[in-house]
Amino acid sequence: MAGCLGICFSPLDAAANVAFAKALGQDLSLLAIGASLPNFGAKQIFELEFSPNDPSEAIVNSIWTYIQEFSAIVAPSSIASKDLIGLLAGKLGRPAVTDVIRVVGGNRFQRPILAGSVLATVEVEGSPLLATFRPSSFQPSSVPTLDGSNPAAEVIRIPATPSARTRVLENLQGAQKRPDLAQAKVVVSGGKPLKDANTFELVIGSLADALGGAVGATRAAVDSGIAPNDLQVGQTGKVVAPDLYIAAGISGSTQHVAGIKDSKIIVAINKDKDAPIFEVSDLGLVADLFEAVPELTAIVKR
Amino acid sequence: MINILVPIKRVPDPYIKVKPLPDGSGLDVANVKHEINPFDEIALEAAIRLREQGVELAITVVSIGPDEAEEQLRKGLAMGADSAILVQKQGGMDSLGVAKEIAEIAKSTGAKLVIMGKQATDDDCNQASQMLAALLGWGYCSCASQISLSGSHIEVRRETDSGEQRVSLELPAIVTADLRLAEPRYIALPGIIKARSKPLEKRVPVHNDQVQYRVLSVESVPSRKAGKMVQSVPELVAELKSLGAVS
Ligand SMILES: Cc1cc2nc3c(=O)[nH]c(=O)nc-3n(C[C@H](O)[C@H](O)[C@H](O)COP(=O)(O)OP(=O)(O)OC[C@H]3O[C@@H](n4cnc5c(N)ncnc54)[C@H](O)[C@@H]3O)c2cc1C
Ligand SMILES: Nc1ncnc2c1ncn2[C@@H]1O[C@H](COP(=O)(O)O)[C@@H](O)[C@H]1O
Repeated sequence: MAGCLGICFSPLDAAANVAFAKALGQDLSLLAIGASLPNFGAKQIFELEFSPNDPSEAIVNSIWTYIQEFSAIVAPSSIASKDLIGLLAGKLGRPAVTDVIRVVGGNRFQRPILAGSVLATVEVEGSPLLATFRPSSFQPSSVPTLDGSNPAAEVIRIPATPSARTRVLENLQGAQKRPDLAQAKVVVSGGKPLKDANTFELVIGSLADALGGAVGATRAAVDSGIAPNDLQVGQTGKVVAPDLYIAAGISGSTQHVAGIKDSKIIVAINKDKDAPIFEVSDLGLVADLFEAVPELTAIVKR
Repeated sequence: MINILVPIKRVPDPYIKVKPLPDGSGLDVANVKHEINPFDEIALEAAIRLREQGVELAITVVSIGPDEAEEQLRKGLAMGADSAILVQKQGGMDSLGVAKEIAEIAKSTGAKLVIMGKQATDDDCNQASQMLAALLGWGYCSCASQISLSGSHIEVRRETDSGEQRVSLELPAIVTADLRLAEPRYIALPGIIKARSKPLEKRVPVHNDQVQYRVLSVESVPSRKAGKMVQSVPELVAELKSLGAVS
């Protein structure tokens, strides 16, 4: 059979998998974990009745017999996908490529290293290819239609094999009520000076809502309990590439900038005119965020 | 007594900007200060705290790298690890190779728990731990923000893409550290002196498999240019409107 198997932890992952398979020049099949997918022109759709938060080792065991034929097994980068691809790689005795941003050709790929300050070109020999990729770098030029004009894919249901050793005791939901951070067109982020969760929500959340955007945060903000962990943007958090990124009270560390530098427009509001964030911003305003952000929210709302 | 393994990687100081060599064949790190990979330092701190909470543990730090990595292993010993192993390898090793070496050491030391970093801040791969778990066939849990050990189980609070979860794993297991698992301690002089007499064993890699992953070249990413400074919020809005960013 061969071809590329794109793993989807949410329906949003399907379009990115379409684009990545195209860059590889391979036919696409999809594996949906805990979600049903509309047909994106895939040859086959495997459906695993699992929650994406179930232990990744159990997912590996459940899908193991179904993945053997594929020449590439890929997924948009996330905590869950990196765990799954890495476990599969180890079990197959294969190397893996993390965070691909460009398919250079054949078995060569570009990926950021050192918090995104350097781009590495890597080569992997042999098959299958195991890779995660940045969805912001692989958006299909046209999203395949969902209106039934695609031939129906063959749907194969995979029964879930639970893990004998690892038990999920409790799932604690994070932020979630706004658009998905990794896919949002507008992201408003706040840093350390936001004081506490209420202030953060009031100041940053209100501007995000006025713009219909998502909310992000720095590590310093998450560490101090100002924002939930799933909002952390950066080298070791989420990577975003919205049309508009607004950074309020963020110094602009390399680790934070690693997660935002593919944004189309970056706006920085910081009271220190020498803050490094201004070096990477398209528009900068030296101001107290507690005055400037509410003023901006009010104007946008009008 | 439970044997814990903490793999630590020698990486360039994450706060220093590292540049590619002019010919792009590698990174210009000759005169750059190196540190323990921050996530690994957090993992080690978490292991030491388990022991301080009264669990009987022996902690071994292991690094695969050049002779200079002895510096990071000594620092690990000074923090509180009991022994160290250096797998001597000049010029780096891919994640699969690293996982294979650590798997051998896990077996030979009789380790029941590996606590390691979720990713190395130089290659940003986030792979070695998953590969290790698959090679050993042990339980696996990434991105821990809290851990506690009781009997043959480890309970982990971990960060997920959409929030957090609590997980219970049966030993043997592999757990990776996220940023909030522990704040690494300051190393005091007595620790440094004590570290000098702790055992540091040197080994050679046991796997000589054909490597199928290669870094061909590296290049600088053109940095974004500073744009325009505006003087007021209304001016900011006007600029955003002219760029079509807000309506
Ligand atoms: C291994 C590693 C991984 C990391 N990963 C990440 C990551 O993924 N994401 C991340 O964000 N960080 C990460 N960091 C941390 C990073 O190095 C910085 O510490 C962090 O980004 C700083 O957050 P901050 O900008 O909120 O805080 P600070 O650096 O404290 O900056 C606060 C800024 O707010 C400004 N300010 C203060 N008051 C006001 C006001 N009233 N109005 C306007 N401006 C104000 C100040 O001038 C300052 O510039 C990582 C670090 C390490 C070592
Ligand atoms: N050369 C190495 N020596 C020791 N541990 C390593 C080495 N490389 C990777 N590791 C461990 O594997 C983790 C993940 O690394 P990576 O997959 O390279 O991002 C690190 O945080 C370390 O704990």
